[in-house]
Parts: sequence; structure tokens; C-alpha cells
Amino acid sequence: MNNSSNIARRHFLQNSFGLAIGFAWAPALLAQAPAALPGSLNANPKLDSWLHIQPDGKVVVLAGKVEFGQGITTALIQIVADELEINMSRIVMIPTTTGRSPNEGVTSGSQSIEYGGLALRYAAADARELLLERASSKLGTPVSDLKIQDGEIIAAGRTTSYWTLADSELFQRQVSAKVPLKKRHTTIGQSIERVDIPAKVSGGPAYVQDMKMPGMLHARVIRPPAPRAVILSVDAGPIEKMLGVVAVIQNGSFLAVVAQREEQAIRAQEVLKKNTKWKLASDLPASQSAWFRRMKQMPTVDTTIGVKEAQVRPATTVLSAQFTKPFIAHGSIGPSCAVALMKDGGITVWTHSQGMYPLRADLIKTLGLPADKIICIHKEGSGMYGQSGADDVALDAMLVARALPGKPIRLQWMREDEFKWEPYGSAMIINMQASLDQEGSIVDWKHELWSNTHSTRPGEPTGDNLLASWYLEKPFKASPVKNIPQPAGGSDRNAIPLYVFPNQKVVNHLLDDMPVRVSALRTLGAYANVFAIESMMDDLAKAAKSDPVQFRLKHLQDPRARDVITHVSKMADWKKGSLASRKNGKLYGRGIAFAKYKNLSVYVATIADVEIDPKSGKISVTNLFAAADGGLTINPDGFKNQIEGGLVQTMSWTLYESVPFNQEGIQVSSWAEYPILRFSDVPNVQVEIINRENEKSLGVGEGSQGPGCAAIANAVANALGQRIFDLPLTSERVKIAIEHSRHVS
Amino acid sequence: MAVQLTVNGQVLNVDVDPSTPLLYVLRNDALVNSAKYGCGAGQCGACAVLVDNQVVLSCTLSVGSVKGNVKTLESFESDRTLSALNKAFIAEQAVQCGYCISGMMIRAKTLLDKNKHPSVQQIKEVLQGHLCRCGTHTRIIKAVQRASKELVA
Repeated sequence: MNNSSNIARRHFLQNSFGLAIGFAWAPALLAQAPAALPGSLNANPKLDSWLHIQPDGKVVVLAGKVEFGQGITTALIQIVADELEINMSRIVMIPTTTGRSPNEGVTSGSQSIEYGGLALRYAAADARELLLERASSKLGTPVSDLKIQDGEIIAAGRTTSYWTLADSELFQRQVSAKVPLKKRHTTIGQSIERVDIPAKVSGGPAYVQDMKMPGMLHARVIRPPAPRAVILSVDAGPIEKMLGVVAVIQNGSFLAVVAQREEQAIRAQEVLKKNTKWKLASDLPASQSAWFRRMKQMPTVDTTIGVKEAQVRPATTVLSAQFTKPFIAHGSIGPSCAVALMKDGGITVWTHSQGMYPLRADLIKTLGLPADKIICIHKEGSGMYGQSGADDVALDAMLVARALPGKPIRLQWMREDEFKWEPYGSAMIINMQASLDQEGSIVDWKHELWSNTHSTRPGEPTGDNLLASWYLEKPFKASPVKNIPQPAGGSDRNAIPLYVFPNQKVVNHLLDDMPVRVSALRTLGAYANVFAIESMMDDLAKAAKSDPVQFRLKHLQDPRARDVITHVSKMADWKKGSLASRKNGKLYGRGIAFAKYKNLSVYVATIADVEIDPKSGKISVTNLFAAADGGLTINPDGFKNQIEGGLVQTMSWTLYESVPFNQEGIQVSSWAEYPILRFSDVPNVQVEIINRENEKSLGVGEGSQGPGCAAIANAVANALGQRIFDLPLTSERVKIAIEHSRHVS
Repeated sequence: MAVQLTVNGQVLNVDVDPSTPLLYVLRNDALVNSAKYGCGAGQCGACAVLVDNQVVLSCTLSVGSVKGNVKTLESFESDRTLSALNKAFIAEQAVQCGYCISGMMIRAKTLLDKNKHPSVQQIKEVLQGHLCRCGTHTRIIKAVQRASKELVA
């Protein structure tokens, strides 16, 4: 390997690195707030907003966090059953419904266990204690002498039960959150089979797409050829004569068609698409690379975070690099769908949105109806991985339903609608600069990023974030751009390194203008930030002639972070030195990466092995290893499923994905233009969990995206002897890199 | 126009344009849930069903051209292979969102019906045209392997 080839786009400077301290930084002043309750109890402190005990021996659980295949329903059942000491089969989960379920905002950010799960755990503990107190006075036995067995409360020779003791008044009180949580677990920590799976593998009705109601009509939307286009004219004449067509609905530049049968609606959509003339805005950038060139010239809101300053030994080596990540699509396999019904002056929508209450907040604005006239009921859809078209299609269906009272309307987006109109994960540019001292320790670290926001979800105080609202006759405006603040962060999520450096600074340049619509994609900015940080760590280790594992451990103090790295090294039998090799004309490499998601949730370390064909440039990932620590594990198999899935999904993002567009519009309407990972690409995946019974349960769902990407990128850099700084790591980029190294050497 | 169709052993007469994709007749007339709309272009496999035990992508096949018996995942209890796959997918928890899974199971059935001991490579090859976005691939492979073992046991 040629060392100089590793600095294709870099400048090595000697002893000249100094931080520009031109900013004022003060720690956030913590306002005097009332003592916080655990998790989602703050917004929903009443016990009966979470739990009801029924005389028939059932426990009704209300939750605001929704299922989309991540297994949260099962995990919440486990938590309640464990704390209440009942069999899981007694629990009835109510689909999240506005006006009935607790308002837990959006189901996102790997927060369902940390917030919703924790709230339910304390609620169930309070419930258990209240029931024990009642049993104690009824049986005349002190609480300490009572035993619980699946809801039966047993004293010496006498029994009562939750089902006879509970009444409607008992839970009409605030959750104290002071009852000690159980230390010995029954269902928590078990790999309980998920409750949502049987219907999904037997053709049962499992999704909003499967809903059927008497008299249900089918609707489709005719979307513009490109964002911000407006309708000039619609010739609906031929449509109205088509078999089965019930109505054409137009409101400004929102256009939909309704038919008795689904295929009739689809045919009418196709014809109407041809018969509608649009005035185009043509304000999209010419390409992804054109957008990258523009990003740094745009107005930004800048914030500086994570600053540390100290006197250190002088730097001897400075590395700097620019990393990029393009727009990435969520690409649900099932296009978004909703069923809506207007009746008696109110509208109900069945939706796979991630947040019933935030969705309703924007629907109130768009539809001009009071909160109690809009009911949002969660019904699972296809996996979303962030904000897909789920919220938007709910409004689409309701706009149609409002025009046809009494008729249930099922509206599903077509594949092309989903690809062109879902909000993508933001493109990002990250500039990194770091320096080493004589002893190979990092003494300075600077991380500077440019990005659009990573969340334009519904539910903001001002503005309306539902797609169709911007196209109505009286159009709404989207909410002002903002970043999710630290410590979770948005575009700067995971930008503050967990490594310990004496000097560091992170600058977040948040772009205001958003020509390409974006919103939350699994991990928000963390995916690209971890890619950049962990790439730098590897290149710094190389410059310091240090082993990547040892180099990371040297800069990490958090013992749990160190443990996952050590653990994965053992799993993969990591050996110092001699990682890259060449055999039978193929290049082989191995890479490691680490992150603690959001610096708040699960710890994940990953190792990737790759094989590269230098002729075709094809990267094959052969192995992905991960060690993960999510504190007290609720469901080990569910945890593993999320980490495994995240690794495979991030591999697809990392090797293949970028949304194509030009000034005329988004240039993807089918899977042919947006290739993703297929079975032939699937590596051997091994995941191990470090369970910590005495630590709080951490969110795990997004933990492997960032480290999975970075481990692959590091393995590729290791195999090639030089780094590819731009995602995705396509075969073209591999070939260019190989060509470049030939010229250099 | 009336079209006659046999779905999971039930004869169905539907008044529908024969050019209608089979998928919509299955979902909306035969009340099948398992076949899913994913792409409408035969690119993802979510709509896979069997016609005379051959896999067809029902989103691109016109209902008028279907001559044989249609079988969907709903009939798993009367089909030894689908039944084994049903159990195996639960045992391996080989589902995240699950939207693609019915199509995967239908495809896997045709493999297991002719190959009692498929290798991982063969499983990957047969499922190559099926897309999964959750990254459940490794578990899907394990579930198919498990079903194959149960079928020969």
C-alpha cells in the first residue's frame, strides 16, 4: 500500500493547526423545572391514561408509541406483564387513538422503550401497589404478606384478585413514579415471540392496506410532475365517462380521483395525469453534485456545540477531509395508505403515521375542524424508517373523504408517488480536521457540517407540514426550518464524538432553503456523522501507526463503549496489523466502527469484512459483526432483529443509494432507478448483546446504522489502501479510486 | 364482463375488466390479504401468488389470462410446505414490518417443493427478485432452512 495515495483529497500540515476561537459558548442554562417524571409520564401523568383493569380479567393498555414492525407492542406487553405480575395473554393493547390514548408525540428516535416503556413500567408498578393496598384492607393482611400470581392476590388461605378489586376510580390519580420497580423479572429479558407476526405470515389482515369497509371506495391522487408545480387546466371529461369513476376532486392544485374499484381508480389516475396541464417551477438543483456545490454558498443558521479547549502538546500531524452523503429514500416496500371516513361532521382516519397527535395537529389546521372532530387511529403499514408518505396520504384520504361524506375512502399511493413525494433523508457535507501529537494522541478535533434539517414532521406550532396542504386553493406554508436540539440533535446527531479529546469543536450549518423535500430518515444526521468520525479515526490511527481497535480504546473512557469494541473484536477474531490482503486478483479488507446512538442510547460496535473485485469495482460485504449494549434488555431477540436489520439496511444505503433528480423533477419512479440490496448481497451477520440488568433500558432500533456504514467504509479503505469520502461507495467510485492509486504509485 | 377464477379452492365469479391485474381481484374480491401491492411493475415480489403451483407476480398479470388454480398464503393450513414455512417464520421471528414476507414465503414454497435440501446459495438465488427494506434477509434465509429441515424430518 502506498501511504501517499491515502491523502487523495487531503492536505497534511505540520504544526500549524490552531482552533479559531471566534465564538462564544455557554452551557445551556437549565431552567428551574418541576421534578420531571420518568419518560412519557410528564405529558400524560394520569394512571388511567395508561392502564385499565377489567372485571373479565383483562388489562387494557393504552400507549402512544406505535408498531411498524420494530416489535414495540410486544416489548410494551412484556413490560406491563412483568411489573403487574400477570400473564401476557391478559393484556389488550389499544391502537393509538387521538382523544383516547396518551399523547406520546412521534414514535421515533429509538425512544419508545426509554419513554413509553418507562412510563408504562412506572404506571404498572403504581397500579400493582394500589391493588395490593386494597387487597390488604380487604383481607386484613399487611401488604408485605401478600403474593401475586397472575393477578390473583393471595394471603394465607385467602385470595382476591385485581379483577375484583379494581374499579373505575382506583386509577383516577397521578402516577407517583415512586413505587420501586421490580428487580426480579419474569417476562422482561425473555425473547418473547412478537404478537404482530402470526397475522403477517398467515395472510391475516395486518396492515392499513388490508382494511376493508362496507361501501369502501378507492381513490388515487394525481401529483404534479415536479415539486411546487401548479395546475393550469384539467380535462376531466373523459374520466367522468370511465367505468366506476365516482368523482374527480380538485382543490387548487390538489387533484384526486375516486372510483368504485381500485383498478378503476388507478386507470383514471393514469388518464387524468395525461389530461392535466401544469405550470412547472423547475427550481430543483441540476444534480446531487450541483446541490453539494451550492450547499456551502447558501444562507445557514450556525451553531457551535461540544467545545472543549485545553493546553496540549503541539500537533505534529493534521488530517483534514470532506465527506458527503446524498439524499436517501426511505423506500417502503408498501406505498403509503390511509382509510378515511367523514360522518356526522367529523372525520376519522386509519393511518400508519408514526404520531397520531402530531398528525392531528396539522389536520386541524388543514381541514379547519376542531380537535374533537378529527380522530386518528393507528393501523400498521409497511416499514417506514422515518417519515415516509404516511402522514401525507392521511390528509389525501381525508380531503377526498370530506368531499364524499358517508363513504369510506381507501387511498394508497402508487410506487411512483412514494418514490417522488416521500421526504428524503437530507444530503450532508461534513468537513473534518484533526491533529495528532508526537505520541499519536488526538489533540484537536473539528467537525463542521452542512445539512438541511432532518425533521419536517407534522405537529409544529406554526405551519403545516402535510404535502397536500401546500397545493390547496388556499395553500399552507411548511413550518420554519429548525434543528432538533442537542443532546439528541438533528443534523448534528452524534456529531459530538464520544471519544475524549482535549480540544474539540462541532459547527452545524443548518440550511434554510429546501429545494428537495426532506425529513426524518432513521438516525437523522447520525448516519453521516458517524461515517465521518469513524473514517477519521481510522485514518488517524493509520497516521499514528496504531491498530484501529487500540487507537479507539486509547481515546475512549466510557467503560461500556470500550466493552462493545472489545467484545466485537473477540467475535470477529480481530488481529492487529495485516488486515488488508490480495488473493486471486481480489482485494480484501476489514474495518471497525463504533457509536453510542445519539450519545444517549444503545452502544454498538461493528466489524465488516469486504471483498473487492478491482475490475468491476464491486464491493461484496462478506461479514458483519456487531456487539450491542442496550442496558436492561427487554426482548433479546427483538433487539437482535433490530440491530441485524439495521446492519443490512445501512449496507444498502452505503453501497448503492442516492436519489436521482434534475431540474425537471425527481428522477425515480420505480425500483429500476433506485436499486437496493438484494439477497445475493447479503453477508453473514452476527450480533451479540451485552445485557446489563442494573442499567436502564436504552433505545436500540437505530443503533447499527452509523457504525455499520462506517465499518464497511473502513473495510473498503483498508482493502483499497485509500479512502472513498463520498457515499454511496459505488463500483464507479471504487474503480476511480483504484485508477487514482495506480497513478500515484 | 364476468371472469371466473378459482382461489384457494373457491370458485369466484367477478364482473371485472379482464385486463385488471390479478392482484386487485384477489385483494378486493377474493378478500386475500397476503398478496400486496408493492410496485405494480413486477419488481419487488410482494404480490407473488401461485397459479397451478407456479409463482406469478399478480400485479402485472391480467386476471383474464389466468387459467389455472390460484393459491395464496391464506391456504397455508392445507399445504404442508406453506404450513412448515408459517411455523418456521414464526420460530425464527423472520419478520420486521412483514410487508414483503408473504411473497417471500410463496417463492420459498416453490423451492422447497422441488428441492428438499436447499443450500443458502440456492435460497438466495430463488429470492433474488424479492425486495425487503427492513434488512430481514438473514432471518428469512434461516426460516427457509428451518422449514426445509422440518419437511424432511
